[in-house]
Amino acid sequence: MDEILSVFSVEAREQLEAMEAGLMQLEQGDRDPETINAVFRAAHTIKGGAGVVEIHSVEKFTHVLENVLDRLRNGEIEVGGEMISALLLGCDHIGALLGVVQTGDMEPDAELKQAGDAITESLRPFLGATAHAAAGKEVSADADGNIERDPERNGSNSATSDCWHISVRFGQDVLRNGMEPLAFLRYLLNLGEIAHITTLTDALPAADEMDPESCYLGFEINFRSHASKEAIEKVFDFCRDDCELHILPPNSKVADYLQLIESLPEETMRLGEILVKSGALTQEELDAGLRAQSGARVGAGDTVPAPQLGDILVQQSNVQPELVEAAAAKQKTVSEKKAAESSLIRVHADKLDQLIDLVGELVIAGASANLLAKKSGEATLVEATSVLSRLVESIRDSALQLRMVQIGETFNRFHRVARDVSKELGKDIELVISGAETELDKSVVEKIGDPLMHLVRNAMDHGIETAAIRAAAGKPVKGRVELNAFHDSGSIVIEVVDDGGGLNKDRIEAKALEKGIIQPGQSLSDAEIVNLIFEAGFSTVEKVTNLSGRGVGMDVVRKNITALRGSVNVTTEPGAGSRFTIRLPLTLAIIDGFLTGVARSSYVIPLDMVVECIELANTSEERDYINLRGEVLPFVRLRELFEVSGERPARENVVVVQYAGRKAGIVVDQLLGEFQTVIKPLGTLFRNMRGIGGSTILGSGEVALILDVQALVSRCVRAEEQLAHGSTGTRRLEVH
Amino acid sequence: MGQVVQQAVATKGGGKNAAVAASTAEIAQYLTFLLGGEMYAVGILNVKEIIEYGQLTEIPMMPAFIRGVINLRGSVVPVIDLAARFGGRQTESSRRTCIVIIELTSAEERHDIGVVVDAVSEVLEVSSADIEPAPAFGAKIRADFIQGMGKIGGKFVIILDIQRVLSVDEIASLATVADRGAETGAAD
Repeated sequence: MDEILSVFSVEAREQLEAMEAGLMQLEQGDRDPETINAVFRAAHTIKGGAGVVEIHSVEKFTHVLENVLDRLRNGEIEVGGEMISALLLGCDHIGALLGVVQTGDMEPDAELKQAGDAITESLRPFLGATAHAAAGKEVSADADGNIERDPERNGSNSATSDCWHISVRFGQDVLRNGMEPLAFLRYLLNLGEIAHITTLTDALPAADEMDPESCYLGFEINFRSHASKEAIEKVFDFCRDDCELHILPPNSKVADYLQLIESLPEETMRLGEILVKSGALTQEELDAGLRAQSGARVGAGDTVPAPQLGDILVQQSNVQPELVEAAAAKQKTVSEKKAAESSLIRVHADKLDQLIDLVGELVIAGASANLLAKKSGEATLVEATSVLSRLVESIRDSALQLRMVQIGETFNRFHRVARDVSKELGKDIELVISGAETELDKSVVEKIGDPLMHLVRNAMDHGIETAAIRAAAGKPVKGRVELNAFHDSGSIVIEVVDDGGGLNKDRIEAKALEKGIIQPGQSLSDAEIVNLIFEAGFSTVEKVTNLSGRGVGMDVVRKNITALRGSVNVTTEPGAGSRFTIRLPLTLAIIDGFLTGVARSSYVIPLDMVVECIELANTSEERDYINLRGEVLPFVRLRELFEVSGERPARENVVVVQYAGRKAGIVVDQLLGEFQTVIKPLGTLFRNMRGIGGSTILGSGEVALILDVQALVSRCVRAEEQLAHGSTGTRRLEVH
Repeated sequence: MGQVVQQAVATKGGGKNAAVAASTAEIAQYLTFLLGGEMYAVGILNVKEIIEYGQLTEIPMMPAFIRGVINLRGSVVPVIDLAARFGGRQTESSRRTCIVIIELTSAEERHDIGVVVDAVSEVLEVSSADIEPAPAFGAKIRADFIQGMGKIGGKFVIILDIQRVLSVDEIASLATVADRGAETGAAD
């Protein structure tokens, strides 16, 4: 895809989001004209952009939306639920069209076209009247025109044309800047009708001197339209800086035309002829005007010939003061917007990734320099490298910060989902978002959208009861779904909470039995039972709805989240609702780690999980737990778990880790201290491995493994349970 | 002419003659190496580089043929013990033990995998006319691992179908089985 197309589609998507957000606000009763304006502006920008890059499917379709929004803006129609729905569908359709563009096709396929036509049709009731009104206006304008056409009756020296006169001279750089002059003219057609157009090729140099990348064209256009001057000017917004643009309103005074002729680079007579030919002026008008002008010149004794034209203009003051004010205000907002934009830089994600990779290498190289310095024993060198590693650490943190984005953007998408779903289900559901400013890695944000979507839809579909049931249970009729995000010991927690009926444990158990997920006679705790919904092939709702219930949902949710090194679980209270909790690592690239050693191998434990380190002492050989200040702390011996050969050293250490409220100990030989850990994935070969989260490269060049503490602990839990249940012949399920 | 070409191939002469020969019988280059006293060959196009054996980090809870991972200029590359993969004993490391880094593509993804071999011999050109199909049995390794039997210097050399030998999917699933096995073992 061209760069310009990709820029367009990225920007168009942003505008779409803004449009959607605005429409939702309107639907919720916001009648602020600024909101309507914002929606209109977004649609207009999309249309304008599409016109410039010549994606006519988008341009044409957006035009319909824009018309409806324009009427809304002018107060000709009222905001209505149906209209908003149709407009939102329209937004979706634009999104789909953009999707087509992004795949490289310029034209959508028949199916999409049909969908677009259907939406256009649904918008017609809000449009039909517009067409009427416009037609009506045209008639009256015609009448006006007829009146004006009689110069004697008018008594003034106004030109008789009822058309706008636009003269535009495109700058030489227009093509180089990626703009197509024709596209502007075509776009102009959206506002009205071109009565007459003359192409001026006067600026065109001799063939030898002509630069094929330059634009030499100018146009004189007679334009019949009811658009405002501002709207017409807006058409040329994209090339405003590059071109010379003059717009004269209908029925301008002849002198204005003369002034225009003066200000244009072409010869006076030639322009005059063009104007006459195009019907903007009649020959008499022109002659009279020119005579008057030269007469005036003679009168002034040829001393001050030029300023007079300016004076004429001022006297005639054909520029309405409101217009000037509006233009000034607009310029102000534009410049303010520019200022805000300049504080943000668009960077290609690849470049950021490359930077992170390099920072990763830097961290490893720094660690190796540190190691060598310590070996050398030179105090100054050690000091220098430690300063260096502190700097590297801050560079690492800022580099990672670059990739952090607020989760709010993802959350806000759900307002629309909530609206659509509650409409579809006929339930009144409110979506409450908190912690939208919580930041996490962009790659995580991108991948969490789908699982979240599923959970939210699920909560609305299965969680929230119908209004009648809610009323009977004495709950507020309006259902409530919460989306929360917050940080918790080195990970980010996202919760989807509903105040619905909660999960039905008996039904889940029965279903799991039926599907063969659990065996009869298995004794499961309540928490284990509700978490069965994440098992593959599980779905309790008999009626398959449009939204969920295909039985592919929850296990896919868990799989996607596990792929991000995260976990998901659910707690529920009958009658009061359910809470789905997703835990995710903050970043996928670099973490602070705690380096430990077992025999000759090194293992990294994520530092955020480490609570403290103590010496392993006074324990019996049989039992794997210690007394931690009165608390029972179970522990895992890495040496045993990883089947490392060799004798236990005299002194062993326990690293106390905490994860999701659980505490456990990990017994290692040596504690080697904090270590900046650049996570290197172990690759697809080890994708099924549990207990090891990844690897990293130490300063010595050796590879160390990163422990997945949660998986390790649950592994031990499982092993013990198997041992405990081995005699009774039952098997317990693992709970994440 | 045919004779000239064959001679050229025999003397490993490249140039024009080899190009002419390619039109009749495909000539490909193979890297030969020793493994447990037996000679094997792999297509040179899959071979990325050959490095010295050393600084290997073992991965716990993995089947024996996964030796561990190494740091290859900043990326972590798994290393497979081919002898163990073929069902034999683990390769003992000696002075001549090498790791051959093989580049594979599976499911649109590129992987580098290291392979431990006893010794690397040479790069040979073998004409497709000199490659026999794999025997149904007798090679002592799985028949689907063999791409063909190359006649080199009057002897047969097993040309490995490296894509299958190092099938990421198969190894990953074997690793899971080993993982489960270890678990039950620990529980018993």
